[in-house]
Amino acid sequence: MLAFLVQRVSQALLVMFVISVIAFAIQDGLGDPLQEMVGMSVSEEEREAIREELGLNDSMVVQYLRFAGNALQGDLGNSYFFSKPTLEVIAEHLPATLELVIGASLIIIFLSVPIGVYAAIRPQAWLSKFFMGVSTVGISIPVFLTAIVLIQLFSIGVTVTLFPADTGWGQWLNDALSTDGGMPSYGRGDDLTHLFGTWESNFFTAGGLSHLILPSVSLASIMLPLFIRLIRAEMMEVLQSDYIRYARAKGLSAGRVNFLHALKNTMLPVITVGGVQIGIMVAYTILTETVFQWPGVGLMFLEAITRSDIPLIVAYLMVVGLIFVVTNTIVDLIYGLVNPTVKLTGKKA
Amino acid sequence: MTTATVSRWDRFRESFFWYSFKRDKVAIASFIVLLSMVLSAIFAPLLAPTDPYDLAQINIMNSELPPVGMNGADEAFPLGTDAQGRDMLSTILYGTRVSLMIGFGAVLLQAVLGILFGLLAGYLGGKVDSVLMRIADVQLSFSTLMVAIIVGAVFKASFGNLMFGEIAIYMLIFIIGVAEWPQIARTVRASVLAEKKKEYVDAAKVMGFGTGRIMFRHILPNTLSPIFVIATVQIANAIISEAALSFLGLGMPETQPSLGSLIKSGFDYIQSGSWWITLIPGLVLVVLVLVINLLGDWLRDVMNPRLYKG
Repeated sequence: MLAFLVQRVSQALLVMFVISVIAFAIQDGLGDPLQEMVGMSVSEEEREAIREELGLNDSMVVQYLRFAGNALQGDLGNSYFFSKPTLEVIAEHLPATLELVIGASLIIIFLSVPIGVYAAIRPQAWLSKFFMGVSTVGISIPVFLTAIVLIQLFSIGVTVTLFPADTGWGQWLNDALSTDGGMPSYGRGDDLTHLFGTWESNFFTAGGLSHLILPSVSLASIMLPLFIRLIRAEMMEVLQSDYIRYARAKGLSAGRVNFLHALKNTMLPVITVGGVQIGIMVAYTILTETVFQWPGVGLMFLEAITRSDIPLIVAYLMVVGLIFVVTNTIVDLIYGLVNPTVKLTGKKA
Repeated sequence: MTTATVSRWDRFRESFFWYSFKRDKVAIASFIVLLSMVLSAIFAPLLAPTDPYDLAQINIMNSELPPVGMNGADEAFPLGTDAQGRDMLSTILYGTRVSLMIGFGAVLLQAVLGILFGLLAGYLGGKVDSVLMRIADVQLSFSTLMVAIIVGAVFKASFGNLMFGEIAIYMLIFIIGVAEWPQIARTVRASVLAEKKKEYVDAAKVMGFGTGRIMFRHILPNTLSPIFVIATVQIANAIISEAALSFLGLGMPETQPSLGSLIKSGFDYIQSGSWWITLIPGLVLVVLVLVINLLGDWLRDVMNPRLYKG
């Protein structure tokens, strides 16, 4: 176990090193810090002096070591646009993104487990087939399109007048297909509860929650079909195994077999895959936050790109890289703990 | 020469592949939809009523006209017009063309990289294997979309808006190809590991064939069917990735729109009630991706019955 731990942690450190080299290369390759600091009127000698002072004439290795040393001390430079430390800017935007991910994860957990288990227990039921069909279609819809459709339906509203309004059924169909709209689709709203530090929460007021609903449903929509399929496949495999057959033969009730014995072993692979997927969700927050103008790190990153705010881009890469590496390492370690048969050499089991 | 093609056609008609295709209604329907979309995209310059790239044919007075069937529609624009007065039908035809070009191009690049690295990793093993697969692991754990967004952002920042717009199509093929090669490489590596234990590989070695010849002439043909399955699904993924990048403004410019940039340009007008500018290209995108995914599912069932998990 210790060897496994050391190996995983050293691998994580290696990945972080590669990320920092890439981030450094981006910082070095994009834009000239001098251009940002001084105007056109500064003479070439003065430029050279500033260059020397900033250490821009040092060798690449020395410059990288300085960059990495500063990064380790939590200094990733100042954002050009916000004029304050980039990590501070990220800390201000991170709670919004985390709340979005938490909201989406809650939706995924509370929907995918019952649906997946149901579809595994009754694979032939029409409801299972309906859910599987919807999840196939769901995989094919990009997250930003789900978001746009949700905005159209629940924020702007839809008035349907396709059917003849003078007949009773036509009017009824028109009313049934029309939606009122009015759901907030822009930003986090004003009803935020201050928790601690820079963390303002949407979860504790009705106004805050109403702002959170559409973005988290959109973000959840991309992962939900994946989890339903995964839980169904794993559960079906577990239901075939000997110990389940034995439990049934012993005369245990269907509920006890399905939910106590089978579900426990189904969730193990689901949790490890889930851990990795929650990291991947960070990528999709960029899309969701753009559509809903949600003031999280994803929107901040995109705005940093349009503003060519290079220190902020680099800091975002480092922070997101760290989040990915930490979640993946923890997931690996948990997997190693709960499933001792995982190969200790680091090959994928 | 002709007898050879006839017999090949006969062999195809008697194959399990054709047999299961004939019996699967979903596969037939998906194939017909996909084929008609691909054909109409290829022949877009002939089919489209107007040329959306030609500024002389656009009249700003025609902007934001609704599709036929709604109040204020114009017969000349069956699917309405966008905010610049371009005919939606024509822009969608041209947009599908751009999306498909990027989808196929990116998968071609992925396949080249993935097959090469997968074969090397699987056949040579050892250090080559662990280095290549570690890179693939790291890239996959970051999610291909994230890698594509970052690479796109860096390219856009270093080339500048105008330059990026001109070469966007090649940039996107490159970005998506590089971001998603690990998917194919892993599949290839897994099949190579299974294949290289078989006797015919030993026989080829005994006969003194070189490593390259054994890899590409002997092992590769036996790993083609899983590659084919995953490449189909990857086309759908590449089209979605392209749409996502374009939606974020890191993809095709509005002057040469793909389906993703059409959705983006329509999204700016959704609050004004012009839903068709964004939702019609969106629907086309979903149908395109859905039929490719359904065909991919069907292919997986036919070619790899053992992998089928339901």
